[in-house]
Amino acid sequence: MSVLLIAEHNNKEVRPFTYNAITAASQINEDLHVLVLGHQADDVAKSLSEVPNVKKVIHVDNKIYENYIAENYTAAIIKHAESYSHIVSSANTFGKNLMPRIAALLDTSQVSDIIKVISEDTFLRPIYAGNAFATVKSNDKKKCVTIRPTSFDPADKSGGSAEITKSDPAEASSSTKFLKKEEVKSDRPELGTARIVISGGRGMQNGENFKLISDIADKLNAAIGASRAAVDAGYITNDHQVGQTGKVVVPDLYIAVGISGAIQHLAGMKESKVIVAINKDGEAPIFSVADYGLEADLFEALPQFLSELNKLNTIQK
Amino acid sequence: MKILVAVKRVIDYNVQIRVKEDGSGVVTDNVKMSTNPPDDNAIEEAVKIKEAGKAKEIVAITIGEEKAQETVRKALAVGADRGIHVKVDNVIEPLAVSKILKKIVEKENPDLVFMGKQAIDDDCNQTGQMLAALLNWPQATFASKIEVKDNALEVTREIDEGLETIEVNVPAIVTCDLRLNEPRYASLPNIMKAKKKSIEQLNASDLGVDINPRIEQIKVEEPPKRKAGIKVASVEELVQKLKNEAKVI
Repeated sequence: MSVLLIAEHNNKEVRPFTYNAITAASQINEDLHVLVLGHQADDVAKSLSEVPNVKKVIHVDNKIYENYIAENYTAAIIKHAESYSHIVSSANTFGKNLMPRIAALLDTSQVSDIIKVISEDTFLRPIYAGNAFATVKSNDKKKCVTIRPTSFDPADKSGGSAEITKSDPAEASSSTKFLKKEEVKSDRPELGTARIVISGGRGMQNGENFKLISDIADKLNAAIGASRAAVDAGYITNDHQVGQTGKVVVPDLYIAVGISGAIQHLAGMKESKVIVAINKDGEAPIFSVADYGLEADLFEALPQFLSELNKLNTIQK
Repeated sequence: MKILVAVKRVIDYNVQIRVKEDGSGVVTDNVKMSTNPPDDNAIEEAVKIKEAGKAKEIVAITIGEEKAQETVRKALAVGADRGIHVKVDNVIEPLAVSKILKKIVEKENPDLVFMGKQAIDDDCNQTGQMLAALLNWPQATFASKIEVKDNALEVTREIDEGLETIEVNVPAIVTCDLRLNEPRYASLPNIMKAKKKSIEQLNASDLGVDINPRIEQIKVEEPPKRKAGIKVASVEELVQKLKNEAKVI
């Protein structure tokens, strides 16, 4: 049997986590097909056909797939589901919104947010905000799985030449209407895939002070993250939130500034390779996961940090 | 309008989880339990809509063991009108939960069903979407703002790229994000009053749905521990360590 992966894209480009999901999906079974539902997304279908791990691309082109309306997506996916043993997608807001709707219609108990493929039916997944890992075996005939993208390397993007087949759209839902998307544009690397992330918490005290963080992010070519407390307080927008209910990041370097380190925040960053904590409270739980802890007032430490970085001439871009 | 709100009893969000030595799960005996945090947001939003005169009745439902009733009682204390408790003896999967909820929806005929976007114990993030599929209703997940219109809701959703706004016709399912509102505390008089509100008790086995597990939990273990780090004395030392020891800048 084969695996069907649902591609995430913006009709022009493949969204990066699709490549991580491809890696996991091809570990489940090498016969991996990718479904592209979109509007004038020919470039997306073509890019995916060039991924060596992909054996076939199914492309459905229709205006109703311009935005991710789960109801419309689901109807199209169900049409194709019969030929597959597994339906997979990434476990970000795209896949989290979509996959359970598919699973319920297939009468399948979904396996969410896997971090390791043990076999075709057995997976490792975090529970309790990553404070425990569960090994689970799905006994459903058809399996619906979402993949934590940061736990898998992105697949190679070129060298393949999979066949692209066109397929017809399914019915559109009349009860859900897309109104608008407010996307935060940034020249910085994406939070989910950045090599370095610097995050601010409640200790930043206000939104203006995040400039101290963005100056360093510019210097290190880092993405900017935040704790839920900082987002709730309105210092920064929700797309920056790292944690159990935000994004999970696994950068080479994670710098937590003015973040106390609630369990829910640690869930989103504690797999980072190197963790730095800057906090004036020496007892803050963030220090228990930090490789390097600096007990200091962030308003003194951050400008100093920037000036020390400016002295180095070896910063990798 | 009538709003059904689903709430779940979970280990309190502040408790440090301990994994059982035999690998069968996590320790729940003598551990503080409370309502799943975003379910509190779901109740709060329903109460706000009722206070604005746009809903007539709020029914709170939970599915779980005997003590799960506490979560319904809490919902009654902040403004739900009555409660339903569907008893199950074991932990059941989101698919089974959504099948039970579907039966209740068919009986109660609510216009809206609210619940948290994710339970903080199994972190599945499935039930609302599954229920929407089984009922063939529209879904608005990860809601951070809800506006009630005529026979429709305008919902702002938190997504990876920022915010998305959709309109869903009623009846609809909404799963709530933590930023949707600030849940209120129950006042003592309201807690006393809630004791007089009714909670209907049902057994899952009487509803005629298959709630048998499809997923076998083979083992639960502690995640790998990070090795202890060090404290540095100055910013200079930090930068030197990052450059020369960790080699990440």
